[in-house]
Amino acid sequence: MEDMIFYDRLQFAFTITFHYIFPQLTMGLSLLIVYFKWKYLRNKIEKYNDAAKFFMKIFAINFTMGVVTGIPMEFQFGTNWAKFSELTGGIIGQTLAMEGLFSFFLESSFLALFIFGEKLMGQKLHLLTGFLVFLGSWASGWFILATNAWMQHPVGYEILDNGKFVLENFSALFGNPWLLPAFLHNQLASVVTSSFVVASIGAFYILRNKQIEYGKLFLKTGVIFGLISSILVAFPTGDWNAKNVAKYQPAAFAAMEGIFETENAGAEIVLIGQPNMVEKKLDNKIAVPNVLSFLTYQKWDKQIIGMDKFEKEELPDNIPALYYSYHIMVGLGTIFMAIMALAAFLLWRKKLYKSKALLWAIMFLVPFPYIANLTGWYTAELGRQPYLVYGLLRTTEGVSPTVSSGNTLFTLLGFVALYMLLGLLFLVLVGKTINQGPKHQTH
Amino acid sequence: METFWFIAIAIILAVFFILDGYDFGTGIIHLFFAKTEKDKEVIAKSAGLFWDSNEVWLVAAGGLLFMAFPTFYASVFSGFYLPLIIVLWLIIFRAIGLEFRGQFHFQMWKDIWDKSFGVSSLLLALFFGIALGNIVRGVNLGGVEDGVSVYEGHYFFLPLWNSSFSPLSEHPGIIDWFTIIIGLISVVTLAIHGANWIILKTNSSINSNLKNIIFKLNITLAALTIFSLIVWQMVNPNSLDNFIQKPYLMVFPLIYLTGLIGLFFIKKLKKDIHGFALSTLLILGGITSSLASMFPVILPSVNSVNEPLTIYNTASSEYGLSVALTWGIVGFILIIIYFIVQKRLRGGKVDHMDYGH
Repeated sequence: MEDMIFYDRLQFAFTITFHYIFPQLTMGLSLLIVYFKWKYLRNKIEKYNDAAKFFMKIFAINFTMGVVTGIPMEFQFGTNWAKFSELTGGIIGQTLAMEGLFSFFLESSFLALFIFGEKLMGQKLHLLTGFLVFLGSWASGWFILATNAWMQHPVGYEILDNGKFVLENFSALFGNPWLLPAFLHNQLASVVTSSFVVASIGAFYILRNKQIEYGKLFLKTGVIFGLISSILVAFPTGDWNAKNVAKYQPAAFAAMEGIFETENAGAEIVLIGQPNMVEKKLDNKIAVPNVLSFLTYQKWDKQIIGMDKFEKEELPDNIPALYYSYHIMVGLGTIFMAIMALAAFLLWRKKLYKSKALLWAIMFLVPFPYIANLTGWYTAELGRQPYLVYGLLRTTEGVSPTVSSGNTLFTLLGFVALYMLLGLLFLVLVGKTINQGPKHQTH
Repeated sequence: METFWFIAIAIILAVFFILDGYDFGTGIIHLFFAKTEKDKEVIAKSAGLFWDSNEVWLVAAGGLLFMAFPTFYASVFSGFYLPLIIVLWLIIFRAIGLEFRGQFHFQMWKDIWDKSFGVSSLLLALFFGIALGNIVRGVNLGGVEDGVSVYEGHYFFLPLWNSSFSPLSEHPGIIDWFTIIIGLISVVTLAIHGANWIILKTNSSINSNLKNIIFKLNITLAALTIFSLIVWQMVNPNSLDNFIQKPYLMVFPLIYLTGLIGLFFIKKLKKDIHGFALSTLLILGGITSSLASMFPVILPSVNSVNEPLTIYNTASSEYGLSVALTWGIVGFILIIIYFIVQKRLRGGKVDHMDYGH
């Protein structure tokens, strides 16, 4: 049974990690595409239109990857987490089905129209189709976050005698206090990723000295969007989420902040340190006193409950992973803000395009916003452990009763192999598109 | 309310098989009949331009099934664990073939991607047919051994096959001679459908020959259909009860029959779209007839210990289903609008269309 749950979790973690490489770009990128297209309609400078079309090509590759890696996610609810699906399908089935109905169709239909239909539709309708693609991809994020919010903080349900969760109040699913902060945080984080991607392609064009006009446009746009979004992703939305965790999942909060012992005074904020699970303390710790209490409750000396006050069964089952995920996310987020602020400053001083070192840095930083997004999700998901539905349904109670661990291990290995091939395809396609650049419009 | 959602999901599934069916079928035709590079390219393109928007229907069907009949979703997806995961892999593998083929200029690589597209299309058609065969045949619900359930009564787990290969054994596997027959029907049907799609959407040099191929495939299909009806009686003696008790359900087999008979006149049809419409009727009629024969059962039990799964014992709460009805209607209307807009702007032959990426 232990093996079973381990492989089921590993397979879900692996496939969702790979999947989320793609939607996190498309959600943010669609916003930038709409911006480029809208700018073009206002200033009629051709390169803005080229930029919109170029990034829609990259969007399309990512969307395709998102579809083929997304179907396994939906299937796995049934294949590997049958008991969970049976018990909660009446609730999270609502939000997942709404995603299919309201966002995928919108996104896929208008994506095709955006790519094929510019000449047929004219510019205003073309902008509209771009906007609808944006709307579809953000709606998708909204419904997935609504699903996850319910698992993090269940609302609007009733539990029957047979253990089934039944929907009692549909609108509560969308009024969930967990949802809005998580949604905004997630969407802004995806804007950070896409800003970095746009800026780094720009830096690449400038550094290799080809299609420089596009390079400058991409870099400028990426830096401006990147600065705004990397600030907003921390304050207010990241802060808001942390407060929600402290309020609704105090055990997870203590674990992710690395608070092993409850202090009588205000709690320190840990910047660096390694959880030592044997001695229940942080090794090599660097911390600032009282700041965590202030950030969480706006009171310097407010007590924060540490892990010592919770039963073992209530604490997340992998505390180091949770702690590291959270700190990697926060640390990277801070670096993004610094880099983007510096780049924006140099842009304002008109020195950015000549700052070789910074251009190289921006170009090679591109994997890191992906890592920050993924570790953010790991924080949410590891923090929810040992529950599937927080406080109500344990992870051990959700797996398929008839699927053996050997089967899951086999399929996990199969996914790993196939996704390596798929990842290669993705890199070839995106690499080719970037290499050709926006000037190269195929006919 | 359960019935409404059953019908709605059945329609969406049928639409998925009609739409993604033509690109599976295109793959099958591509594998066996496309010879010149130009034909191969244009035929692959007639699937490659559309497959991803077609697969959105699978996501929608899955989501709605999960919402409306969660117990069925849980039972069937975990019970058919291996074949479903294999289907996922095939879907991904097919996508890799389709998207990679245009990226390399060496013939050897093109051949490899062509084969991965063709073979995975063929296997998908076969597997989806086998899946339908399993659903109408029924499974050993509860994993009954010697009259005792090993699992809860609505769970099961099927091996890929067992030594007897027989649907009549106590523990039928996923692949047996009955489900293989249904699988073959699916392959032939989708090959016909794909051929019609190629005729409709391309100017490939094999178009005139394809009508001959459709004609021959249709003879095979008619023979397989008759044969399957006979063995279906053996596997499930009650398979005609619903049609006898509710004669209006006969409309579904009649839809299938119209398609089947119509396709014998494929060479005389004036418009390409008519051929495509007839094979659409085949798929629609095939799926709806199978479901109608079981209704309200959605997964029969081959043992007498556990009840079959029906739309009633697997459904969500009444409140959940009726809330979903409200947003569902809005959603369906929107989808129909997108569909019309899209068809208007993306009609015509694909020979000179661009991939866009």
